Amino acid sequence: MNRCIERLYNGIVKENPTLVLMLGMCPTLAVTTSAINGLGMGLTTTVVLALSNVIISALRKVIPDKIRIPAFIVIIASFVTIMQLLLQAYIPSLYTALGIYIPLIVVNCIILGRAESYAYKNPVIPSLFDGIGMGLGFTIALTVIGLLREFIGGCQAFGADLGWFTPVGIFKMAPGAFFVLALLTAIQNYAKIKGAKKGKDVSKIQSGCGSDCTKCRVEGCKDRTAEEA
Amino acid sequence: MSDMMRVSSNPHIRSKVSTDKIMLMVVIALLPATGFGIYNFGIRALFHVLITIASCVISELVFELIVKKKITVGDMSAVVTGLLLALNLPVSAPLWIGIVGGAFAIMVVKMMFGGLGQNFMNPALAARCFLLISFPSLMTDFTCDVYSGATPLASLKAGESVNVYNMIIGKTAGTIGETSMVAIVLGAVLLMLIGIIDIKIPGSYILTFVIFIGLFGGHGFDPYYLSAHLAGGGLMLGAFFMATDYVTRPVTRAGQVIFGIILGILTGIFRVFGASAEGVSYAIIIGNLLVPLITRYSSPKPFGKGGERR
Repeated sequence: MNRCIERLYNGIVKENPTLVLMLGMCPTLAVTTSAINGLGMGLTTTVVLALSNVIISALRKVIPDKIRIPAFIVIIASFVTIMQLLLQAYIPSLYTALGIYIPLIVVNCIILGRAESYAYKNPVIPSLFDGIGMGLGFTIALTVIGLLREFIGGCQAFGADLGWFTPVGIFKMAPGAFFVLALLTAIQNYAKIKGAKKGKDVSKIQSGCGSDCTKCRVEGCKDRTAEEA
Repeated sequence: MSDMMRVSSNPHIRSKVSTDKIMLMVVIALLPATGFGIYNFGIRALFHVLITIASCVISELVFELIVKKKITVGDMSAVVTGLLLALNLPVSAPLWIGIVGGAFAIMVVKMMFGGLGQNFMNPALAARCFLLISFPSLMTDFTCDVYSGATPLASLKAGESVNVYNMIIGKTAGTIGETSMVAIVLGAVLLMLIGIIDIKIPGSYILTFVIFIGLFGGHGFDPYYLSAHLAGGGLMLGAFFMATDYVTRPVTRAGQVIFGIILGILTGIFRVFGASAEGVSYAIIIGNLLVPLITRYSSPKPFGKGGERR
Protein backbone atom coordinates (compact mmCIF):
# COMPACT_ATOMS: atom_id res chain seq x y z
CA MET A 1 0.00 0.00 0.00
CA ASN A 2 2.86 2.25 0.88
CA ARG A 3 4.14 1.87 -2.62
CA CYS A 4 0.85 2.99 -4.10
CA ILE A 5 0.93 6.20 -2.10
CA GLU A 6 4.54 6.67 -3.16
CA ARG A 7 3.39 6.35 -6.81
CA LEU A 8 0.70 8.97 -6.29
CA TYR A 9 3.16 11.38 -4.65
CA ASN A 10 5.66 10.67 -7.41
CA GLY A 11 3.16 11.48 -10.15
CA ILE A 12 1.65 14.57 -8.59
CA VAL A 13 4.69 16.25 -7.10
CA LYS A 14 8.05 14.70 -7.65
CA GLU A 15 7.82 13.76 -11.31
CA ASN A 16 4.89 15.93 -12.27
CA PRO A 17 4.58 15.13 -16.01
CA THR A 18 4.00 18.72 -17.09
CA LEU A 19 6.15 20.81 -14.81
CA VAL A 20 9.04 18.43 -14.13
CA LEU A 21 9.19 15.91 -16.98
CA MET A 22 7.99 18.45 -19.60
CA LEU A 23 5.86 15.79 -21.29
CA GLY A 24 2.56 16.30 -23.05
CA MET A 25 3.33 19.87 -24.02
CA CYS A 26 0.91 19.85 -26.95
CA PRO A 27 -2.31 19.63 -24.90
CA THR A 28 -0.69 21.71 -22.16
CA LEU A 29 -0.17 24.65 -24.47
CA ALA A 30 -3.20 24.19 -26.67
CA VAL A 31 -6.24 23.47 -24.51
CA THR A 32 -5.48 25.42 -21.34
CA THR A 33 -7.35 28.53 -22.39
CA SER A 34 -9.65 28.02 -19.42
CA ALA A 35 -9.61 26.09 -16.17
CA ILE A 36 -12.57 23.96 -17.23
CA ASN A 37 -10.83 22.91 -20.44
CA GLY A 38 -7.64 22.10 -18.53
CA LEU A 39 -9.57 20.10 -15.96
CA GLY A 40 -11.52 18.20 -18.62
CA MET A 41 -8.42 17.40 -20.64
CA GLY A 42 -6.53 16.34 -17.52
CA LEU A 43 -9.27 14.04 -16.24
CA THR A 44 -9.80 12.46 -19.67
CA THR A 45 -6.10 11.76 -19.88
CA THR A 46 -6.09 10.42 -16.32
CA VAL A 47 -8.77 7.86 -17.11
CA VAL A 48 -7.00 6.73 -20.27
CA LEU A 49 -3.65 6.65 -18.49
CA ALA A 50 -4.87 4.61 -15.52
CA LEU A 51 -6.83 2.09 -17.59
CA SER A 52 -4.15 1.62 -20.24
CA ASN A 53 -1.52 1.21 -17.53
CA VAL A 54 -3.63 -1.54 -15.94
CA ILE A 55 -4.16 -3.43 -19.20
CA ILE A 56 -0.56 -3.07 -20.34
CA SER A 57 0.68 -4.20 -16.95
CA ALA A 58 -1.66 -7.19 -16.98
CA LEU A 59 -0.54 -8.15 -20.48
CA ARG A 60 3.16 -7.42 -19.92
CA LYS A 61 4.11 -11.12 -19.96
CA VAL A 62 2.11 -11.71 -23.16
CA ILE A 63 3.22 -8.75 -25.28
CA PRO A 64 6.40 -9.62 -27.21
CA ASP A 65 9.21 -7.17 -26.59
CA LYS A 66 9.80 -6.38 -30.25
CA ILE A 67 6.28 -5.20 -31.06
CA ARG A 68 5.43 -3.68 -27.72
CA ILE A 69 5.00 -0.12 -29.03
CA PRO A 70 2.27 -1.05 -31.58
CA ALA A 71 0.61 -3.14 -28.88
CA PHE A 72 0.67 -0.19 -26.45
CA ILE A 73 -0.76 2.12 -29.09
CA VAL A 74 -3.62 -0.27 -29.84
CA ILE A 75 -4.54 -0.48 -26.14
CA ILE A 76 -4.24 3.29 -25.62
CA ALA A 77 -6.19 4.07 -28.78
CA SER A 78 -9.03 1.80 -27.69
CA PHE A 79 -9.40 3.66 -24.41
CA VAL A 80 -9.13 7.03 -26.10
CA THR A 81 -11.90 6.06 -28.51
CA ILE A 82 -14.07 4.93 -25.59
CA MET A 83 -13.45 8.22 -23.80
CA GLN A 84 -14.12 10.21 -26.92
CA LEU A 85 -17.48 8.54 -27.47
CA LEU A 86 -18.39 8.94 -23.79
CA LEU A 87 -17.53 12.64 -23.86
CA GLN A 88 -19.45 13.14 -27.07
CA ALA A 89 -22.46 11.47 -25.53
CA TYR A 90 -22.47 12.95 -22.04
CA ILE A 91 -20.41 16.21 -22.02
CA PRO A 92 -20.80 17.56 -25.57
CA SER A 93 -19.65 21.06 -24.53
CA LEU A 94 -16.29 19.74 -23.39
CA TYR A 95 -16.13 17.52 -26.45
CA THR A 96 -16.43 20.56 -28.74
CA ALA A 97 -14.04 22.64 -26.65
CA LEU A 98 -11.28 20.03 -26.73
CA GLY A 99 -11.92 19.08 -30.36
CA ILE A 100 -8.99 17.42 -32.10
CA TYR A 101 -7.03 17.16 -28.85
CA ILE A 102 -9.15 14.24 -27.62
CA PRO A 103 -8.06 11.80 -30.36
CA LEU A 104 -4.56 13.23 -29.98
CA ILE A 105 -4.39 11.79 -26.45
CA VAL A 106 -3.34 8.59 -28.23
CA VAL A 107 0.01 10.11 -29.03
CA ASN A 108 0.37 11.90 -25.70
CA CYS A 109 3.89 11.04 -24.62
CA ILE A 110 2.93 10.81 -20.95
CA ILE A 111 0.76 7.76 -21.62
CA LEU A 112 3.21 5.99 -23.89
CA GLY A 113 6.02 6.99 -21.53
CA ARG A 114 4.35 5.48 -18.46
CA ALA A 115 3.44 2.33 -20.39
CA GLU A 116 7.01 1.92 -21.55
CA SER A 117 8.84 2.91 -18.40
CA TYR A 118 6.51 1.68 -15.68
CA ALA A 119 3.49 -0.44 -16.57
CA TYR A 120 5.41 -2.81 -18.84
CA LYS A 121 7.75 -3.70 -15.98
CA ASN A 122 5.56 -3.61 -12.90
CA PRO A 123 2.53 -5.37 -11.41
CA VAL A 124 -1.02 -4.22 -11.99
CA ILE A 125 -1.86 -2.39 -8.77
CA PRO A 126 1.22 -0.14 -8.65
CA SER A 127 0.72 0.56 -12.37
CA LEU A 128 -2.84 1.64 -11.70
CA PHE A 129 -1.68 4.05 -9.03
CA ASP A 130 1.18 5.23 -11.20
CA GLY A 131 -1.37 6.07 -13.90
CA ILE A 132 -3.67 7.84 -11.45
CA GLY A 133 -0.79 9.77 -9.89
CA MET A 134 0.64 10.87 -13.22
CA GLY A 135 -2.82 11.71 -14.50
CA LEU A 136 -3.65 13.79 -11.44
CA GLY A 137 -0.30 15.58 -11.70
CA PHE A 138 -1.15 16.40 -15.31
CA THR A 139 -4.69 17.45 -14.34
CA ILE A 140 -3.53 19.74 -11.55
CA ALA A 141 -0.90 21.37 -13.74
CA LEU A 142 -3.35 21.90 -16.61
CA THR A 143 -6.05 23.26 -14.34
CA VAL A 144 -3.68 25.72 -12.68
CA ILE A 145 -2.34 26.88 -16.05
CA GLY A 146 -5.88 27.18 -17.38
CA LEU A 147 -7.04 29.07 -14.30
CA LEU A 148 -4.16 31.54 -14.46
CA ARG A 149 -4.60 32.12 -18.18
CA GLU A 150 -8.33 32.52 -17.79
CA PHE A 151 -7.88 34.90 -14.87
CA ILE A 152 -5.24 37.15 -16.41
CA GLY A 153 -6.39 36.84 -19.99
CA GLY A 154 -10.12 37.11 -19.49
CA CYS A 155 -10.60 38.16 -15.84
CA GLN A 156 -12.64 35.01 -15.24
CA ALA A 157 -12.45 32.05 -12.91
CA PHE A 158 -14.03 28.76 -14.02
CA GLY A 159 -16.07 30.67 -16.56
CA ALA A 160 -17.45 33.27 -14.13
CA ASP A 161 -16.79 36.89 -15.07
CA LEU A 162 -15.05 38.78 -12.30
CA GLY A 163 -14.58 42.15 -13.99
CA TRP A 164 -11.84 43.32 -11.62
CA PHE A 165 -9.47 44.68 -14.25
CA THR A 166 -8.95 45.01 -17.99
CA PRO A 167 -8.04 41.53 -19.22
CA VAL A 168 -4.58 41.08 -20.72
CA GLY A 169 -5.68 39.39 -23.92
CA ILE A 170 -2.33 37.86 -24.81
CA PHE A 171 -2.70 35.32 -22.01
CA LYS A 172 -5.61 33.72 -23.84
CA MET A 173 -3.41 33.23 -26.89
CA ALA A 174 -0.50 30.88 -27.47
CA PRO A 175 2.22 33.19 -26.01
CA GLY A 176 0.27 33.34 -22.75
CA ALA A 177 0.47 29.56 -22.42
CA PHE A 178 4.24 29.78 -22.65
CA PHE A 179 4.41 32.61 -20.12
CA VAL A 180 2.31 30.76 -17.56
CA LEU A 181 4.02 27.40 -18.13
CA ALA A 182 7.43 29.04 -17.75
CA LEU A 183 6.31 30.80 -14.58
CA LEU A 184 5.02 27.60 -12.98
CA THR A 185 8.10 25.65 -14.02
CA ALA A 186 10.30 28.35 -12.53
CA ILE A 187 8.40 28.21 -9.24
CA GLN A 188 8.70 24.42 -9.25
CA ASN A 189 12.46 24.62 -9.87
CA TYR A 190 12.83 27.24 -7.17
CA ALA A 191 11.02 25.04 -4.66
CA LYS A 192 13.16 22.10 -5.70
CA ILE A 193 16.42 24.02 -5.29
CA LYS A 194 15.26 25.20 -1.86
CA GLY A 195 14.41 21.60 -0.99
CA ALA A 196 17.79 20.35 -2.15
CA LYS A 197 19.52 22.92 0.04
CA LYS A 198 17.59 21.67 3.03
CA GLY A 199 18.83 18.18 2.27
CA LYS A 200 15.73 16.73 0.62
CA ASP A 201 16.36 14.03 -1.96
CA VAL A 202 15.44 15.39 -5.38
CA SER A 203 17.73 13.26 -7.50
CA LYS A 204 15.17 10.78 -8.85
CA ILE A 205 14.08 12.45 -12.01
CA GLN A 206 12.36 10.91 -15.03
CA SER A 207 12.63 7.39 -13.80
CA GLY A 208 10.37 4.54 -12.95
CA CYS A 209 13.37 2.42 -12.08
CA GLY A 210 14.83 4.13 -9.07
CA SER A 211 17.93 5.43 -10.79
CA ASP A 212 18.61 8.87 -12.14
CA CYS A 213 17.80 9.08 -15.85
CA THR A 214 20.13 12.02 -16.39
CA LYS A 215 22.99 9.67 -15.56
CA CYS A 216 21.46 6.65 -17.24
CA ARG A 217 23.31 5.09 -20.18
CA VAL A 218 21.52 3.58 -23.15
CA GLU A 219 21.58 0.14 -21.64
CA GLY A 220 21.11 1.39 -18.09
CA CYS A 221 17.39 0.90 -17.82
CA LYS A 222 17.21 -2.62 -19.25
CA ASP A 223 17.76 -4.52 -16.05
CA ARG A 224 15.10 -2.61 -14.19
CA THR A 225 12.86 -4.83 -12.07
CA ALA A 226 9.67 -4.46 -10.12
CA GLU A 227 11.56 -4.60 -6.85
CA GLU A 228 13.78 -1.67 -7.71
CA ALA A 229 10.90 0.66 -8.24
CA MET B 1 54.39 50.91 -9.45
CA SER B 2 52.07 48.07 -8.65
CA ASP B 3 49.47 49.61 -10.92
CA MET B 4 51.87 49.57 -13.84
CA MET B 5 52.66 45.92 -13.36
CA ARG B 6 49.09 44.82 -13.39
CA VAL B 7 48.38 41.92 -15.72
CA SER B 8 44.97 41.77 -17.32
CA SER B 9 43.36 40.18 -20.31
CA ASN B 10 42.34 42.17 -23.36
CA PRO B 11 40.87 44.60 -24.29
CA HIS B 12 43.69 46.82 -23.04
CA ILE B 13 42.55 50.04 -24.62
CA ARG B 14 39.21 51.09 -23.31
CA SER B 15 36.95 53.70 -24.77
CA LYS B 16 35.92 56.54 -22.54
CA VAL B 17 32.43 56.24 -23.97
CA SER B 18 30.58 54.17 -21.41
CA THR B 19 27.11 52.64 -21.58
CA ASP B 20 25.53 55.36 -19.50
CA LYS B 21 26.98 58.08 -21.72
CA ILE B 22 25.69 56.41 -24.87
CA MET B 23 22.28 55.95 -23.30
CA LEU B 24 22.24 59.56 -22.16
CA MET B 25 23.01 60.69 -25.71
CA VAL B 26 20.15 58.53 -27.02
CA VAL B 27 17.81 60.13 -24.49
CA ILE B 28 18.96 63.58 -25.58
CA ALA B 29 18.48 62.63 -29.22
CA LEU B 30 14.95 61.50 -28.44
CA LEU B 31 14.09 64.79 -26.75
CA PRO B 32 13.00 66.61 -29.93
CA ALA B 33 10.53 63.84 -30.74
CA THR B 34 9.36 63.71 -27.12
CA GLY B 35 9.04 67.46 -26.92
CA PHE B 36 7.07 67.58 -30.14
CA GLY B 37 4.83 64.79 -28.87
CA ILE B 38 4.05 66.75 -25.71
CA TYR B 39 3.51 69.95 -27.73
CA ASN B 40 1.31 68.06 -30.18
CA PHE B 41 -0.80 65.96 -27.82
CA GLY B 42 -0.77 68.01 -24.63
CA ILE B 43 0.34 67.42 -21.08
CA ARG B 44 -1.07 63.89 -20.97
CA ALA B 45 1.76 62.79 -23.24
CA LEU B 46 4.24 64.01 -20.64
CA PHE B 47 2.49 61.92 -17.98
CA HIS B 48 2.75 58.89 -20.24
CA VAL B 49 6.48 59.46 -20.72
CA LEU B 50 7.20 59.96 -17.02
CA ILE B 51 5.09 57.02 -15.88
CA THR B 52 6.57 54.62 -18.42
CA ILE B 53 10.15 55.62 -17.62
CA ALA B 54 9.47 55.33 -13.89
CA SER B 55 7.90 51.91 -14.41
CA CYS B 56 10.95 50.66 -16.34
CA VAL B 57 13.49 51.96 -13.84
CA ILE B 58 11.57 50.70 -10.81
CA SER B 59 11.01 47.30 -12.47
CA GLU B 60 14.73 46.94 -13.06
CA LEU B 61 15.51 47.97 -9.48
CA VAL B 62 12.91 45.66 -7.98
CA PHE B 63 13.98 42.70 -10.12
CA GLU B 64 17.62 43.15 -9.17
CA LEU B 65 16.75 43.49 -5.50
CA ILE B 66 14.65 40.32 -5.62
CA VAL B 67 17.25 38.18 -7.35
CA LYS B 68 20.07 39.89 -5.43
CA LYS B 69 22.02 41.05 -8.47
CA LYS B 70 24.13 44.11 -8.98
CA ILE B 71 21.95 47.22 -9.30
CA THR B 72 22.36 48.45 -12.89
CA VAL B 73 19.76 51.18 -12.91
CA GLY B 74 22.51 53.76 -13.28
CA ASP B 75 23.35 52.70 -16.85
CA MET B 76 20.31 54.60 -18.14
CA SER B 77 19.23 51.78 -20.44
CA ALA B 78 15.95 51.40 -18.58
CA VAL B 79 15.31 55.09 -19.15
CA VAL B 80 15.85 54.67 -22.89
CA THR B 81 13.56 51.63 -22.95
CA GLY B 82 10.89 53.51 -21.04
CA LEU B 83 11.16 56.58 -23.24
CA LEU B 84 10.99 54.54 -26.46
CA LEU B 85 8.01 52.60 -25.17
CA ALA B 86 6.21 55.79 -24.16
CA LEU B 87 6.83 57.27 -27.59
CA ASN B 88 5.08 54.21 -29.00
CA LEU B 89 1.91 54.63 -26.97
CA PRO B 90 -1.19 56.41 -28.20
CA VAL B 91 -1.87 59.42 -26.02
CA SER B 92 -5.46 58.44 -25.31
CA ALA B 93 -4.46 55.10 -23.76
CA PRO B 94 -5.04 54.82 -20.01
CA LEU B 95 -2.03 55.84 -17.96
CA TRP B 96 -1.59 52.42 -16.34
CA ILE B 97 -0.72 50.94 -19.72
CA GLY B 98 2.79 52.37 -19.41
CA ILE B 99 3.23 50.68 -16.04
CA VAL B 100 2.23 47.29 -17.45
CA GLY B 101 4.32 47.75 -20.59
CA GLY B 102 7.38 48.97 -18.71
CA ALA B 103 7.26 46.08 -16.28
CA PHE B 104 6.92 43.60 -19.15
CA ALA B 105 9.73 45.21 -21.15
CA ILE B 106 12.21 45.19 -18.30
CA MET B 107 11.28 42.12 -16.29
CA VAL B 108 10.30 39.64 -18.97
CA VAL B 109 12.15 40.73 -22.08
CA LYS B 110 15.33 42.13 -20.56
CA MET B 111 16.07 40.94 -17.02
CA MET B 112 14.88 37.35 -17.37
CA PHE B 113 17.36 36.84 -20.16
CA GLY B 114 20.20 38.30 -18.12
CA GLY B 115 19.90 42.07 -18.33
CA LEU B 116 21.38 44.59 -20.71
CA GLY B 117 23.36 42.94 -23.49
CA GLN B 118 21.62 39.57 -23.13
CA ASN B 119 18.13 40.43 -24.34
CA PHE B 120 17.44 38.89 -27.72
CA MET B 121 14.71 41.35 -28.58
CA ASN B 122 14.30 45.08 -28.24
CA PRO B 123 12.49 45.41 -24.88
CA ALA B 124 10.54 48.53 -25.82
CA LEU B 125 9.25 47.01 -29.05
CA ALA B 126 8.48 43.66 -27.48
CA ALA B 127 6.46 45.49 -24.82
CA ARG B 128 4.67 47.49 -27.48
CA CYS B 129 3.71 44.31 -29.31
CA PHE B 130 2.67 42.75 -26.02
CA LEU B 131 0.40 45.71 -25.32
CA LEU B 132 -0.87 45.76 -28.89
CA ILE B 133 -1.91 42.11 -28.72
CA SER B 134 -3.23 42.33 -25.17
CA PHE B 135 -5.20 45.55 -25.42
CA PRO B 136 -5.89 45.99 -29.15
CA SER B 137 -8.74 48.46 -28.67
CA LEU B 138 -6.80 50.69 -26.28
CA MET B 139 -3.59 50.62 -28.31
CA THR B 140 -5.12 51.49 -31.66
CA ASP B 141 -7.45 54.25 -30.50
CA PHE B 142 -5.74 57.40 -31.69
CA THR B 143 -8.55 59.84 -31.03
CA CYS B 144 -7.61 62.49 -28.52
CA ASP B 145 -8.44 66.12 -27.76
CA VAL B 146 -6.50 67.31 -30.77
CA TYR B 147 -7.20 64.71 -33.44
CA SER B 148 -10.00 62.37 -34.26
CA GLY B 149 -10.19 59.58 -36.73
CA ALA B 150 -7.63 57.27 -38.21
CA THR B 151 -3.88 57.69 -38.44
CA PRO B 152 -2.61 58.91 -41.81
CA LEU B 153 -1.23 55.46 -42.51
CA ALA B 154 -4.63 53.87 -41.96
CA SER B 155 -6.22 56.48 -44.24
CA LEU B 156 -3.54 55.77 -46.80
CA LYS B 157 -4.29 52.07 -46.63
CA ALA B 158 -7.99 52.81 -47.02
CA GLY B 159 -7.16 54.72 -50.19
CA GLU B 160 -7.94 58.17 -48.84
CA SER B 161 -5.72 61.16 -49.49
CA VAL B 162 -3.43 62.41 -46.76
CA ASN B 163 -1.66 65.67 -46.06
CA VAL B 164 2.01 64.80 -46.47
CA TYR B 165 3.22 68.19 -45.27
CA ASN B 166 1.46 67.72 -41.92
CA MET B 167 2.83 64.20 -41.69
CA ILE B 168 6.40 65.37 -42.10
CA ILE B 169 5.98 68.14 -39.53
CA GLY B 170 4.09 65.74 -37.29
CA LYS B 171 0.75 67.42 -36.85
CA THR B 172 -1.25 64.20 -37.25
CA ALA B 173 -2.78 61.48 -35.13
CA GLY B 174 -0.52 58.66 -34.06
CA THR B 175 1.54 57.50 -31.10
CA ILE B 176 3.22 60.12 -28.94
CA GLY B 177 6.65 60.11 -30.53
CA GLU B 178 6.21 58.76 -34.04
CA THR B 179 4.34 61.55 -35.77
CA SER B 180 7.08 64.09 -36.38
CA MET B 181 9.55 62.97 -39.02
CA VAL B 182 11.46 66.23 -38.65
CA ALA B 183 12.01 65.89 -34.89
CA ILE B 184 13.07 62.24 -35.16
CA VAL B 185 15.50 62.88 -38.00
CA LEU B 186 16.93 65.82 -36.07
CA GLY B 187 17.75 63.54 -33.14
CA ALA B 188 19.03 60.81 -35.44
CA VAL B 189 21.40 63.22 -37.22
CA LEU B 190 22.77 64.24 -33.82
CA LEU B 191 23.42 60.59 -32.95
CA MET B 192 25.07 59.99 -36.31
CA LEU B 193 27.30 63.06 -35.99
CA ILE B 194 28.70 61.91 -32.66
CA GLY B 195 29.05 58.39 -34.00
CA ILE B 196 26.65 56.49 -31.76
CA ILE B 197 24.64 55.11 -34.65
CA ASP B 198 25.59 54.93 -38.30
CA ILE B 199 23.66 54.99 -41.51
CA LYS B 200 23.98 51.32 -42.46
CA ILE B 201 20.91 49.89 -40.77
CA PRO B 202 18.50 52.83 -41.16
CA GLY B 203 19.83 53.55 -44.66
CA SER B 204 19.42 50.03 -46.00
CA TYR B 205 16.12 49.68 -44.13
CA ILE B 206 14.55 52.82 -45.58
CA LEU B 207 15.97 52.27 -49.06
CA THR B 208 14.68 48.69 -49.22
CA PHE B 209 11.34 49.84 -47.91
CA VAL B 210 11.06 52.55 -50.56
CA ILE B 211 11.91 50.08 -53.32
CA PHE B 212 9.43 47.55 -51.94
CA ILE B 213 6.60 50.08 -51.71
CA GLY B 214 7.48 51.32 -55.18
CA LEU B 215 7.28 47.82 -56.61
CA PHE B 216 4.34 46.39 -54.71
CA GLY B 217 2.52 49.39 -53.21
CA GLY B 218 0.30 49.75 -56.23
CA HIS B 219 1.22 53.38 -56.85
CA GLY B 220 4.58 52.90 -58.53
CA PHE B 221 7.32 55.32 -57.56
CA ASP B 222 4.89 58.17 -56.97
CA PRO B 223 6.88 60.57 -54.75
CA TYR B 224 3.78 61.75 -52.93
CA TYR B 225 2.70 58.23 -52.02
CA LEU B 226 6.24 57.20 -51.09
CA SER B 227 6.82 60.18 -48.82
CA ALA B 228 3.49 59.56 -47.12
CA HIS B 229 4.63 56.02 -46.37
CA LEU B 230 8.01 57.24 -45.15
CA ALA B 231 6.60 59.92 -42.88
CA GLY B 232 3.70 57.84 -41.66
CA GLY B 233 3.70 55.47 -38.73
CA GLY B 234 6.72 54.41 -36.77
CA LEU B 235 9.12 53.88 -39.65
CA MET B 236 11.49 56.74 -38.81
CA LEU B 237 11.46 56.10 -35.07
CA GLY B 238 11.94 52.39 -35.67
CA ALA B 239 14.66 52.72 -38.27
CA PHE B 240 16.82 55.24 -36.41
CA PHE B 241 16.25 54.40 -32.75
CA MET B 242 15.06 50.82 -32.47
CA ALA B 243 16.62 48.85 -35.31
CA THR B 244 19.98 50.37 -34.31
CA ASP B 245 19.77 49.11 -30.71
CA TYR B 246 23.29 47.88 -29.90
CA VAL B 247 22.13 44.70 -28.25
CA THR B 248 19.71 43.43 -30.86
CA ARG B 249 21.43 44.32 -34.13
CA PRO B 250 24.05 42.28 -35.98
CA VAL B 251 27.62 43.26 -35.16
CA THR B 252 29.14 42.77 -38.59
CA ARG B 253 28.94 45.45 -41.27
CA ALA B 254 27.53 43.18 -43.94
CA GLY B 255 25.15 41.79 -41.37
CA GLN B 256 23.82 45.23 -40.56
CA VAL B 257 23.03 45.87 -44.20
CA ILE B 258 21.32 42.49 -44.51
CA PHE B 259 19.41 43.25 -41.31
CA GLY B 260 18.21 46.57 -42.75
CA ILE B 261 17.13 44.90 -45.99
CA ILE B 262 15.17 42.23 -44.12
CA LEU B 263 13.46 44.89 -42.01
CA GLY B 264 12.57 46.90 -45.11
CA ILE B 265 11.04 43.89 -46.85
CA LEU B 266 9.14 42.77 -43.74
CA THR B 267 7.77 46.27 -43.07
CA GLY B 268 6.72 46.54 -46.69
CA ILE B 269 4.97 43.15 -46.58
CA PHE B 270 3.14 44.04 -43.38
CA ARG B 271 2.08 47.45 -44.61
CA VAL B 272 1.05 46.43 -48.11
CA PHE B 273 -0.36 42.95 -47.62
CA GLY B 274 -1.03 42.84 -43.87
CA ALA B 275 -4.34 43.41 -42.15
CA SER B 276 -3.19 46.36 -40.07
CA ALA B 277 -1.77 49.58 -41.46
CA GLU B 278 1.46 49.49 -39.46
CA GLY B 279 4.13 46.82 -39.31
CA VAL B 280 7.37 48.42 -38.15
CA SER B 281 7.39 47.00 -34.64
CA TYR B 282 6.62 43.45 -35.73
CA ALA B 283 9.20 43.73 -38.53
CA ILE B 284 11.91 44.80 -36.10
CA ILE B 285 11.25 42.15 -33.48
CA ILE B 286 11.15 39.43 -36.13
CA GLY B 287 14.39 40.88 -37.48
CA ASN B 288 15.82 40.74 -33.94
CA LEU B 289 15.16 37.02 -33.86
CA LEU B 290 17.14 36.55 -37.07
CA VAL B 291 20.15 38.49 -35.78
CA PRO B 292 22.16 35.49 -34.47
CA LEU B 293 21.81 33.79 -37.87
CA ILE B 294 22.71 36.96 -39.76
CA THR B 295 25.77 37.52 -37.59
CA ARG B 296 26.86 33.94 -38.05
CA TYR B 297 26.68 33.98 -41.82
CA SER B 298 28.08 37.45 -42.29
CA SER B 299 31.16 37.11 -40.10
CA PRO B 300 34.32 37.96 -42.00
CA LYS B 301 36.67 35.04 -42.55
CA PRO B 302 39.78 35.13 -40.36
CA PHE B 303 43.02 35.44 -42.32
CA GLY B 304 44.23 32.04 -43.45
CA LYS B 305 40.94 30.24 -43.02
CA GLY B 306 38.50 29.03 -45.62
CA GLY B 307 40.86 29.26 -48.60
CA GLU B 308 40.76 26.92 -51.56
CA ARG B 309 42.30 23.56 -50.98
CA ARG B 310 44.71 22.26 -53.56
